[in-house]
Amino acid sequence: MESVLGRYRNLIILVGVLFLQVLGLATQVKRGGSDPENTRLIRVWAVGAITPFERALVWAQNGTGNLWHNYFYLRGVRAENRQLKDQIEQMRLEQVRLSEDAAQARRLQSLVAFKEQFISRTVAAQVIGSSGSDLSRTVYIDKGENAGIKRDMAVMTADGIVGKVLVAYPSVSQVLLISDQSSGVGALLEKTRLQGVLRGTANGEVVLERVMSDEQVPVGETVLTSGGDQIFPKGLPVGTVTKVGNGKDLFLNIKVKPAANLSKLEEVLVLVEKQERQATAEENVRVRAADILAQRLPSVPDKPADVNPAAGAATVGSTTPAVAKTAAKPTGAAISATPAPKYPSGTSNVSGASGTGPAGKPTANSAASSSPAKKSVTAPAGTVPTSKPDATQTAPTSEPPKSTDPTPPSAPDNPNSQPPAAESSPQ
Amino acid sequence: MPITYTSGEQVEVYRFSIPVTIGIPLLALFVQAFLPLRFPRFAVYFDLPLLVTIFFAMARRNPIAGLFTGAVIGLAQDMLGHNPIGLNGIAKTIVGYGASSLGVKLDVENAGARFLVTLGFYLIHSAVYFTVARGMVNMTQTWSWLHGMLAGLANAVLGVVLFFLLDKFKQRT
Repeated sequence: MESVLGRYRNLIILVGVLFLQVLGLATQVKRGGSDPENTRLIRVWAVGAITPFERALVWAQNGTGNLWHNYFYLRGVRAENRQLKDQIEQMRLEQVRLSEDAAQARRLQSLVAFKEQFISRTVAAQVIGSSGSDLSRTVYIDKGENAGIKRDMAVMTADGIVGKVLVAYPSVSQVLLISDQSSGVGALLEKTRLQGVLRGTANGEVVLERVMSDEQVPVGETVLTSGGDQIFPKGLPVGTVTKVGNGKDLFLNIKVKPAANLSKLEEVLVLVEKQERQATAEENVRVRAADILAQRLPSVPDKPADVNPAAGAATVGSTTPAVAKTAAKPTGAAISATPAPKYPSGTSNVSGASGTGPAGKPTANSAASSSPAKKSVTAPAGTVPTSKPDATQTAPTSEPPKSTDPTPPSAPDNPNSQPPAAESSPQ
Repeated sequence: MPITYTSGEQVEVYRFSIPVTIGIPLLALFVQAFLPLRFPRFAVYFDLPLLVTIFFAMARRNPIAGLFTGAVIGLAQDMLGHNPIGLNGIAKTIVGYGASSLGVKLDVENAGARFLVTLGFYLIHSAVYFTVARGMVNMTQTWSWLHGMLAGLANAVLGVVLFFLLDKFKQRT
């Protein structure tokens, strides 16, 4: 007996070690599949041994890169800065247009008591490591429980969603990418509004499942989060459809290219707080395209101080009676003291707000029409144009212009201004 | 002949210092976890912890040491992922045992032998992992001979280079 044990000692030990591991594996599977929380205590050791080195290396790498990019390699920064400023201008105008749409959507949502989710707080984190296996598509980020990160929080980049927090350790967190085959995200197609479940495959692709095969899904359509998984708020970009084919049963096999580059993640945002609140309609629109344009355009030269206010008011009243009627309400003769807009609001606002004209560019028509008015209206220096005669143009309500604006509407210098009745009509 | 049959007395048995025994597997795990951030395809084709397991097992030529080396490295690798712990552990235990048993009987010091041994053990490792993952954990796995062979060849080439570097840390008993 002893000789048998001695002879097969190695084999017996091998079987024993394998048996123990199989037993451990079976226990994990019985407890809850591949939930890493069940084996958190053991995983902490490995994570604690590896991640400090990864963190240090990423820190050193970033430090070197920053030194180079911030101090030595500044070629083209000036041009890039100018380009970015132009881009900001364009985006501000676009923002105004979108805020109009959003305000309209909120009004409609408030009518049906719709509850919407807002991203109220995010934590930026650096990706410091991965699982090192293509069978476990996870990454580690350098923020954990100490930064308020918890399990099942959404992780995203500016481009789109990345995944969710799988395990939060004190100083690091493990993030399950949407390309992992055990992940699942509620998603919908932007135009067709078809809903499905986004899953990863064994080879790292992302597919949209549970879309019936009799539906038409065009290639190139954008995929957004549907909010159905209670992790990602609705409307975040997920990716675009790259291929549509027949899948199993009655469903389509839709391949999706993630919007975020999952293979080269550097910085991510963890959604640590989201609010759910009743949709409410905003009463007033704060900034309009015309206001932004007006601030940017050259102002009218200052007039001498001895101008007769009454004459100014009369001039305004004579050129644009309809607007003068609304403007005269709050301050009467004070209209003359109200600054003339640097840019006629009528044409430019329509162009900027509705997006039909060239964004941010004054039209020839509006520029021409502003000339005579500038001559007739008195304009004190150093004041900001606040005219909002067409504030209701983009709002599809028939309410009269609200008096929420602290400053009274100024006298428009555009002789081609529309009467209030036309302005307040829904578009 | 790349692989020569050698008696137990003829083959040399090596040992490693404690820092090397701990540091090299840790370094392999670290590189395996870090490089995919910069080179996304690295994790698809290369398995550095497996190469380190094979190297230590073949150099020590002790099946028990080999299987424990494989088990520890494999389990540590599992801990970094999110799949159940034990998948790599079981696969690398078998590889460690096999590599050290082979090291006892064959002289695997030259490049050709190392290439073939690494290729073979990579395929064994993949097969064991695939079987356990599908059979026990019910993971959706697809077996691809093409991918297996390509990854095996890539690991074998890297293994030959890596083993020559790691030879520097060997200490004769």
